[in-house]
Amino acid sequence: MRTTLLVLFSALPLAGETYVLQNATIMTVSKGTLKGSIVVRDGKIAEVGEKVMVPADAKVIDASNQYIIPGIIDCHSHIAADGGINEGSVSVSSMVDIRDVINPEDIAIYRALAGGVTTANILHGSANSIGGKTLPLKMRWGKDAQGMIFEGATPGIKFALGENPKRAGNPTGRAINAGAQQQGRYPATRMGVEDVIREAFVEAKAYKAEWDAWEANKAGIPPRKDLKLEALKEVLEGRRYVHAHCYRADEILMLLRVADEFGFKIRTLQHVLEGYKVAKEIAAHGAGASTFSDWWSYKMEAFDAIPFNATIMMRKGVVVSINSDDAEQMRHLNIEAGKAMKYGGATETEALAMVTLNPARQLGIDNRVGSIEAGKDADLVIYDKFPLSDYAKVQKVLIDGTIYFDRDNEVSGRPAKQAEKQKLIDKEKQNQQRGPQVPPTRRQGQ
Amino acid sequence: MNKLITALVLCCVFAFGQPRPAVAIRNAKIVTVSGPVIARGTVVVRNGLIEAVGDSVQAPPDAMIIDGEGLSVYPGLIDALSTWGQPGAAMAVTGTATAGRGGRGTVAVTPTPAVTAATTVAAPPARGPEDRPQTTSWIKAADEVSGMDRRIETARGAGFTTAVTFPTRGIFAGQGAVIDLLSGEKPGEMVVASPVGQYISLGRGGFGGGMGGGFPSALMGYIAYVRQIYLDLEHYRLVKDAYAKDPRGMQRPEYDRALEGLMDSPRVLLPANRLVEIDRMLRLAADLKQPAILYGGREAYRPEAAELLKRSNTALLLSMRWPEKSRDADPDEVDSMRTLETRDKAPLAAAVLAKARVRWAFYSDGLEQARDLQRAIKKALDAGLSREDALRALTLSPAEIYGVQERLGSIEKGKIGNLVLTRGDLFDDRTKVEAIIVDGRKYTPAPEAPMGGRGPATEEPGNSGGLR
Repeated sequence: MRTTLLVLFSALPLAGETYVLQNATIMTVSKGTLKGSIVVRDGKIAEVGEKVMVPADAKVIDASNQYIIPGIIDCHSHIAADGGINEGSVSVSSMVDIRDVINPEDIAIYRALAGGVTTANILHGSANSIGGKTLPLKMRWGKDAQGMIFEGATPGIKFALGENPKRAGNPTGRAINAGAQQQGRYPATRMGVEDVIREAFVEAKAYKAEWDAWEANKAGIPPRKDLKLEALKEVLEGRRYVHAHCYRADEILMLLRVADEFGFKIRTLQHVLEGYKVAKEIAAHGAGASTFSDWWSYKMEAFDAIPFNATIMMRKGVVVSINSDDAEQMRHLNIEAGKAMKYGGATETEALAMVTLNPARQLGIDNRVGSIEAGKDADLVIYDKFPLSDYAKVQKVLIDGTIYFDRDNEVSGRPAKQAEKQKLIDKEKQNQQRGPQVPPTRRQGQ
Repeated sequence: MNKLITALVLCCVFAFGQPRPAVAIRNAKIVTVSGPVIARGTVVVRNGLIEAVGDSVQAPPDAMIIDGEGLSVYPGLIDALSTWGQPGAAMAVTGTATAGRGGRGTVAVTPTPAVTAATTVAAPPARGPEDRPQTTSWIKAADEVSGMDRRIETARGAGFTTAVTFPTRGIFAGQGAVIDLLSGEKPGEMVVASPVGQYISLGRGGFGGGMGGGFPSALMGYIAYVRQIYLDLEHYRLVKDAYAKDPRGMQRPEYDRALEGLMDSPRVLLPANRLVEIDRMLRLAADLKQPAILYGGREAYRPEAAELLKRSNTALLLSMRWPEKSRDADPDEVDSMRTLETRDKAPLAAAVLAKARVRWAFYSDGLEQARDLQRAIKKALDAGLSREDALRALTLSPAEIYGVQERLGSIEKGKIGNLVLTRGDLFDDRTKVEAIIVDGRKYTPAPEAPMGGRGPATEEPGNSGGLR
């Protein structure tokens, strides 16, 4: 099924232009760093090397003294979604889907692009133990909602542990008292969070059995399709990745055990600030870890964190990525990755992999993106300086071989955009001053 | 008690009402909409129907004659999405409508909201789609209409003879009806067609949710609920059919009024203001396999929107309430380019849609005063909409969209006798409506209430498409 989809989509005309990005320092991530050129054709990387064949019809982009890295992938983002990212009214909201509310006109997409991000995993919020369905998007600014979807990628679902799911529904932290006016939403404790997940999967297993029995001979009326349980059935069948928001070591172990017991996998642990304490267990389960570089202490469960978290987990065999969870942080993930070199001594390539190849592996899209190799999507970022440095600025961003961000155009286009905007503001002010209610006769002579 | 008196009054009016004489309008300019304009002709209306129209038609001897010298006759205007005729719809109702299968919650639509609020207990928050949150899909506007709604007279004064009126509270608010705007008569006489569709609104999506409001709280929750209920409907149908075929040995399927209400609805109305929403709702309608009409259209001026509508052959009801900068807006706050552009260009939508040959119609969206409506149309005309297209979007187009074009929308023999008589062009600033004929009954417009420079009083419908 997966291959058919890929074939189908690769057959689509992606981009007509053939580019050669010349004389750059190319950080391939998978095959080291080299000085050379990249040929981009039909939206794919056709060739990478110190010397490449320049096709006759190719447009040459001179990238002398510049750096090229694979497009940055953010494994945890909440941009580009309309109408709230939390269906927090219920403890299990797996019936809802980010796919239904993609907003391709969210300016945060363009700003993320300007920070070198080409793919982002758009997650449901962390208000409930089992949250909504999620999916990765490519930052194809200007395309419609369908055009943003990372075609063929395995969709996900958000889980959340700890303070967020147990807090929601208990206004101002009030316990559920007998006399309380406001009905609190279950659960109120970490025990309750575990119970919600267990109960949901007990239900999902029964649902799956019911459907499997019907599928066996397709006799009679099919069972009722339940969107909430359908998503969990997909998790049990390995067709939907679990991305679990978590902080503390104890709750991480709890979740891994529950997953083992019910026979499904946790694809990524998100935030996972105490991951360094249980890195071996995480690696044994096969879960990835997507964490912050050095952001903690913003709440009780986020106190016992260290900036060495990412590298420690990596050294213990966990696939580690660094994410933003935030539209602003998303614009400088390159710097966030760079911090792994300072704390823990990751190499350049290891650090860069944390925002490129590793999140690609976590999202199961590393056959398409995450490194600069022939055959992969031409999702590339050109920087003027060493990309893991504070001083590096994104010059151009390509997705599928199309330039979606060009710093020169952006900067030179600003005065015209500003003027256009000012014109509209002035026009509106004028109209308001005239006022719609004043009859035309009274305005004469003023 | 009030109801009883109303009923008695209505009975009297009906019982003692005289048989309606034929009406003939002579020597008037007749804008038929379906055919060419008749420069000088006669329309005859008898028993509520157009009996004859043409330049050589003779007024029958028994007819009441209206001298049409200097008058123009148009088909009665149709408000394609309205709450006119439902007096309760203009009032605020406290509490949310969360009636479900098990009888949870209260039904919001009632003519006496004050009493309801005092006698019902707040419903527990919905815990998922199975609680059928904010759903009253079984309510029919046709059962709720009343000629006592004061807005009817105001709307007639603006040239409207017909409204497609919907319950508008909740996610699945209920089923609409095409009604003629008659006053004080038997409510049943007002209904032209029912049900004509299910009004769906999708909440704004809040922060987090879960503060006791129940499911759904985010936009994706609303959409998931809509998806789930149509999946349930599919299953419900299978089970019901099987049970009807052979009930022996089969457990009785539970009666679900929410699904029954959807089964009755020939089409759904979905909110879509921004281009993104138009795309989203067209996809949703396709997934649901439901014939759909979109309402809102604030960004329908964007060519991509017209293209999407054209490609899917879906009709759009365009709000006549053009977006404006809020008077309370912080003067230091600068809106986004898109917001500024939308406020500037929204009235272009009508011309863009007409040019792209999209099926579309205007709707009042809370405007009812003749002056407000005229001003709204003028904005569209100034933005390039032709008068013919403007008229069509208020007459024949809405009739076609709801499948009542054989009965309404143009001046043709055999159609319902709904006419507007004006001195001057219908869309000119100074034109006054001289008379309105609804179902063959002649009304003269009341003098317009003084304008306080205020916007429309009601918020419903159509404001739920994501104004954020």
